[in-house]
Amino acid sequence: MMGDLQMRVTALHDEAAGIRRVRLEPVEGGLLPAFSGGAHVVVAMPDGDVTRRNPYSLCCDPEDRTGYEIAVARAAASRGGSAYIHERLAVGDVLTVGAPTNLFQPDWRAKKHILVAGGIGITPFVAMMAQFARAGLAFELHYAVRSRAAAAFAGVLQDRYGPRVKIYAADEGARLPLGALVQNQPLGTHLYTCGPERLMDAVLETARQAGWPEQALHSEHFMAPPPGDPFTVTLGRSGRDVAVAPDQSLLEALEAAGINPRYLCRGGVCGECATKVVELRGTILHGDHYLTPEERAESRTIMICMSRFSGDRLVLDL
Amino acid sequence: MDTAYSATHRPETFRDETFRGDFSYANSPGNIRHFPFPFHEDHYRYSVNIEPHVPGLPGSAFEHLIDVDEHYLAEMADRAQVLAEDPLRYQALPHMMLAQWDTLELLMEEQARAYPHLFTLERNGDQWRWINRPLGIDDTFTFGDPSTLPREPLDYICRQTQGDIALMDQREGNLWMDAGMITAQADWSLDFDVGMNFHEWHAPVPLAPQMGVFDRALKYLLNLQVGKPVRRLNWTMTINPRLDTSPETYPKWGPDRTTVTPENVGQKVHLRVELQSLWRLPRSNGMLFVIRGYMMRMDEVVTVPKWGRRLPRVLESLPPELAEYKGLSRYRQTTIDWLKRHDDGAPTSPGIFPD
Amino acid sequence: MQGATIRSRPVYPGLAIAPLARRHIFALEGEGAGALLDIAGDLTPEVLGRSQILYVARGSLGVGHHGALQTLGAAFWAAPTVQPLLGRLDVELSRSHMGTRLYLAGTEGFIGQAMQVAAAHGIDPASVITEHRGSRARRVQCVHCKGVTEGVTASPFTCGHCGLNLYVRDHYSRRLGAFQGVNIDAEEPGAVPPPEELYL
Repeated sequence: MMGDLQMRVTALHDEAAGIRRVRLEPVEGGLLPAFSGGAHVVVAMPDGDVTRRNPYSLCCDPEDRTGYEIAVARAAASRGGSAYIHERLAVGDVLTVGAPTNLFQPDWRAKKHILVAGGIGITPFVAMMAQFARAGLAFELHYAVRSRAAAAFAGVLQDRYGPRVKIYAADEGARLPLGALVQNQPLGTHLYTCGPERLMDAVLETARQAGWPEQALHSEHFMAPPPGDPFTVTLGRSGRDVAVAPDQSLLEALEAAGINPRYLCRGGVCGECATKVVELRGTILHGDHYLTPEERAESRTIMICMSRFSGDRLVLDL
Repeated sequence: MDTAYSATHRPETFRDETFRGDFSYANSPGNIRHFPFPFHEDHYRYSVNIEPHVPGLPGSAFEHLIDVDEHYLAEMADRAQVLAEDPLRYQALPHMMLAQWDTLELLMEEQARAYPHLFTLERNGDQWRWINRPLGIDDTFTFGDPSTLPREPLDYICRQTQGDIALMDQREGNLWMDAGMITAQADWSLDFDVGMNFHEWHAPVPLAPQMGVFDRALKYLLNLQVGKPVRRLNWTMTINPRLDTSPETYPKWGPDRTTVTPENVGQKVHLRVELQSLWRLPRSNGMLFVIRGYMMRMDEVVTVPKWGRRLPRVLESLPPELAEYKGLSRYRQTTIDWLKRHDDGAPTSPGIFPD
Repeated sequence: MQGATIRSRPVYPGLAIAPLARRHIFALEGEGAGALLDIAGDLTPEVLGRSQILYVARGSLGVGHHGALQTLGAAFWAAPTVQPLLGRLDVELSRSHMGTRLYLAGTEGFIGQAMQVAAAHGIDPASVITEHRGSRARRVQCVHCKGVTEGVTASPFTCGHCGLNLYVRDHYSRRLGAFQGVNIDAEEPGAVPPPEELYL
């Protein structure tokens, strides 16, 4: 049975400028489960008094059962995870890693897969392409980067997949040819995008403008919980108050207080951490992609991994 | 008798029996206590009752996650016969190949782990050797290459695994039944249902949709994780120990329902339980749905006093529309009357296991 | 009797032009022509210039709608029966690209069959724009012999392939484009209630 894994850092590699790849192998040895392209794991990292649990896409071959790899960009305003991995993590360290979970799965029916990555958004596609290539599926990757020096995995992907990989370096004046990309693609093509929100919005909007149906469009929102004003939440079952700091998510504050709510993605996508609101005097600042606009307006449910609160009193069914 | 549970379930011999014709299927005394009796209490209550699929009581059907018992060989023979007559009982839409391999791996690993005296899996990279001693199979193949197996991977392994199998693809916030091998279904057709989503294939089930149970169950299953399978029990009744009660062959078995008399209830009427387990598949992110069926005739049920008392009470409390859906209407009362002779009215202990 | 809702049955929301599509393919059967003619006001010259209409008159009351459809001014092709229409649709789709939207209108059996052609080209059924017009007759697959009977208006009915008496179950398979027919007198052979005209 598989729950959280204790995994040892066996290699650290600067994949590109500001992007560090981490290889993790199980402390107890043995084979890991294979996983599916697009899957992420949640990695727990100590950050002062807080344990940061961040989701990272697996960016290795899913058939390599000896280890998992993640790649982490150094964030300008790091909440802790990125700085920890870049500055403090060392080979030999042991981290707690959750089981792979996939919220960005390829549509296996596709006649062809078009992947559009921006920057660190390349990670889920590294694993996807390994699966596509092994299964003999048609695919192409379009990868936008600031510069070739910042293009993680670019060399290895071009070696593996040749002309199916196209790189567009901004400092060379190259731009993603979005309009051309969505033209003349065979029926049954699916489009996937991962990267900065602006890039994903542009990709999806271009495809929609070219008449693509929503069913063929897939995106993964790489989001960290937003910082904000501090607030206090009251636990309905115990009456206990828990303070949420500006750079802490509600879920993280609850975990720091010894409560362990259910979660999977920690990015507002999967719905697993949906929590019932018992009492509300104020406004929930919904930060998730899961609730419908109606559910947001009702505010009977809060996704505690991403959402914050502003007001006098928030009581949760915890 | 209680000591039966102290021993691990380790089938050594397999019954030579039939699920058609002379219907020689029966449970040995030890296997009766292995049976997953589905009722926790004396009243019928519809619930999804999903729980973690973790190894349970030694000797019970829950001890091993993929259960093999004394009926293994006979079930595999019956399955082969059903497939020979109707190959449409096996279906796999083209996009399910990766999920097929996931399933082959999972079923081989689980069976070899639980029953090393029956099954062996040797892996050397993608070169695998699979030994199935009861069926006399010893095959070497390349994992991931369908041309190295005599059949598609799902077809191959399902012919060596007790229980019906459905594979689901996950997309668009739903689960789609896009492959499977169903030869012992309780009145639903894989050929008809393949390609349907979770709500669509449950369409004929009465009551439940209004209760919103399917919406809740689906939300739960969509977030199911690798390595954390779940299970639930479902049940119906079957006249004669017939595995193949498919819609396809309804004209063959439908008339059986009119043959129940007060004299033959003990022999003819069978409680049919499905131990359903659901597993997230690692490579495809699909879901494996194992529907492991068990049958036990009324004569055998009442050898466990607790079950003999509880079953008539449950059957009496069953809503009529569910009795109709399960096809029990014609013989429910006759069966209750027969079972009542074994119910002295004493209270029963909670839970499903014998006292 | 037909239930209020059948959760396995597709819904047919009605034809509406997808304004961003680069190409529009309309496959229309019989009264399904009316579904397109009713939104003729939305058919701008730009839309018509990107459109292909495939039409079969089957199921129409009277003589069909060839004239009215042709007058719209889009590329038009009429099939004598459903089979050649489906064959032509297959060819059109095999030469189409993403950005092409498919519109289907007619009887449920026709929509189901055309949807099968579309699915083979990787078109997600949810992206196809549909409208049910004309007879409510059902296309029914006999679950026993697998034979399909077109235009079933009554239940029970006799399977044209194996001869069993079938009732029409409120359960629809998109893959087969058919409802399910199940033997009604399996338990008591000969106990067949009189047919009811349920799907006219």
